[in-house]
Amino acid sequence: MNSPRRGRSIGRIVLYVCLIAFAAFLLVPFFWMIMSSLKRNIDVFSVPVRWIPQVFQWHNYVDIWTQADMATWLKNTIILSVVVTFLQVLTGSFAAYGFARVRFPGRDALFLAYVATIAVPWQAYMIPQFILMTKIHLTGQWLWPIIVLQAFGAFGVFLMKQFFETIPEELSESARLDGLSEYGIWWRIMLPLSGPALASLALLTFVTTWNDYMGPLFYLRDRAYFTIQLGLKTFQADPQGSSLDALLFTGSVLSVLPIAIIFLAGQRFFIEGIATSGLKG
Amino acid sequence: MATTAVPSRRRTNALRRRNTLLGWSFIAPNFIGFALITMVPIVLLFYMAFTDWNALGTPHWTGLANLERLARNTIFRASVAQTFYYAIPHVILTGAIALGLALLLNQKLRGVAFFRAAAFFPYITSIVAIAIVWNLLFSQDYGPIDAALRFLGVAHPPGWTVSSDWAMPALIIVGTWREMGYYMILFLAGLQTVPSELYEAARVDGASAWNRFWHVTWPLLRPTTFFVTVMLSIQSFKIFDLIQVMTDGGPGTSTYTISFFIYNRTLGTNSTGEFGYASAASLILFVICLVFTILQFIVNQQSDLVKPWWSPLVLVVGLAFFGLAVAAFSLGRPLGLGWVEYLGLFCVCFVFAMGQSVFLRRRADSAGRRQR
Repeated sequence: MNSPRRGRSIGRIVLYVCLIAFAAFLLVPFFWMIMSSLKRNIDVFSVPVRWIPQVFQWHNYVDIWTQADMATWLKNTIILSVVVTFLQVLTGSFAAYGFARVRFPGRDALFLAYVATIAVPWQAYMIPQFILMTKIHLTGQWLWPIIVLQAFGAFGVFLMKQFFETIPEELSESARLDGLSEYGIWWRIMLPLSGPALASLALLTFVTTWNDYMGPLFYLRDRAYFTIQLGLKTFQADPQGSSLDALLFTGSVLSVLPIAIIFLAGQRFFIEGIATSGLKG
Repeated sequence: MATTAVPSRRRTNALRRRNTLLGWSFIAPNFIGFALITMVPIVLLFYMAFTDWNALGTPHWTGLANLERLARNTIFRASVAQTFYYAIPHVILTGAIALGLALLLNQKLRGVAFFRAAAFFPYITSIVAIAIVWNLLFSQDYGPIDAALRFLGVAHPPGWTVSSDWAMPALIIVGTWREMGYYMILFLAGLQTVPSELYEAARVDGASAWNRFWHVTWPLLRPTTFFVTVMLSIQSFKIFDLIQVMTDGGPGTSTYTISFFIYNRTLGTNSTGEFGYASAASLILFVICLVFTILQFIVNQQSDLVKPWWSPLVLVVGLAFFGLAVAAFSLGRPLGLGWVEYLGLFCVCFVFAMGQSVFLRRRADSAGRRQR
């Protein structure tokens, strides 16, 4: 009698069917995005609904560069993402060392202040923040407001502190006996041992900055400093945009593509970073 | 002997001073930026909310005037109601699906990595691209969703984002689609901390799959569940970007939430520049998030003591949810809710509260094992 076994394999099949249906639900919007990006403008909204374009309009991917300020948006977004990631990793891991390895009065209270802000939604203090940024004349200065906004988050401090605490203290102790300063220990011992955590932090920060929409919406009012998200949104809102429907999707694909590549390359780091801190977002 | 004590104390003091300087030198670069962009604004919020701060002129202390004005503002009251209308179904749906997915994908299956990646990918996709594609999918007459519904025999499929009744459900669907992968990762991380010997032992004892889940997984997952519920609630109550990009609060004001109201009054296209007034609304958002965090914290703490499914605590928490929800709903939409809806709402709130307590009630012997 192999009925239990058959029962199990039927269970397996049901499971796979469920999972595949679910994956379809998750991925259909992306499929639709890509297909629409290859349609003619007038075919994007068509009756009846057409899943696959009749003729693939590959030239959409060439036209977008002349029809929209794609190059400017992309340049701004890349500058922002790189600078913010660099600063976040640097200051975050630096501060994390202070919290994880240096004992001084007030340290735990200070860390608590960092923790407490996590529960406060950004939407609750975005207005005072905007006022403050305006008062110190950062608003309207190149891309600075977003750099300041994104680079000094508490997230990097948390993630790196968690990781630093798993590194054996004996390593730093012996380095200290060899005459290395605390800064030297951070640079020569801690950072080289924190590869995975640094990768998680860098990738998550890069992706968050790349995708950031609300920050640029508030602070980057000058078209010359638009990021790709803001650009796409205005492209969509453009009254003439109705004739450029397909290009809107072409732009969307181009804005998602780098993130997809980064995600596929470093999936492990994303998942580990979120699993250890659970704080992003 | 006394002479040696003095230098040693001096040395301790010197060491402490050195350490303090050292510690601050590490923390300062991040802290200066962090204080400026996060801490100062949070403190400032508590001041601004009680002033008539606007784009021009000097602010004056106006006490509770802003809050009184908010209480009378029908759009704000509708925004509060709609915030709850988004948050409660979204928390339940996302939490349940994320847990289900995590349980499925924690097994040894072919292609698990692919499914995990697929579930997580929407979360790291830009919200603008998401809005663009979902608006097309949802669009009336031209969209594939309505086409599919018509195919299934629905004569008049809803207009989704252009219908004031269906815009919010559409947002809930997109919100759930986007975020479940993220919470799935958190649940998966929690599941990794459950020792596999416990499953082996349960299997040897002949426990069914359901019993293994109910008596082993669920209690041990408690810290994760707690964390996920808190994060998910806060995430849902502050919902803003999705609305801004998908419906822009519309049609009319049918998808205004508190965050959207704040934005609309200050930085949106129809801004009135009333920063003090909007800060009072921010304060309310902050308090709602805080109340939920504390409530969940209390439930989590108490649950060890609560034995039966039915308990005064469940009742209290259920009633609290119900009270909050009814207050919010009746503020925003004085009409239109019949007793059936109230009953339904009550059931949802009660099940929500009970679910929390039942989940959390089981004392796990090693639940103290902290999830990192």
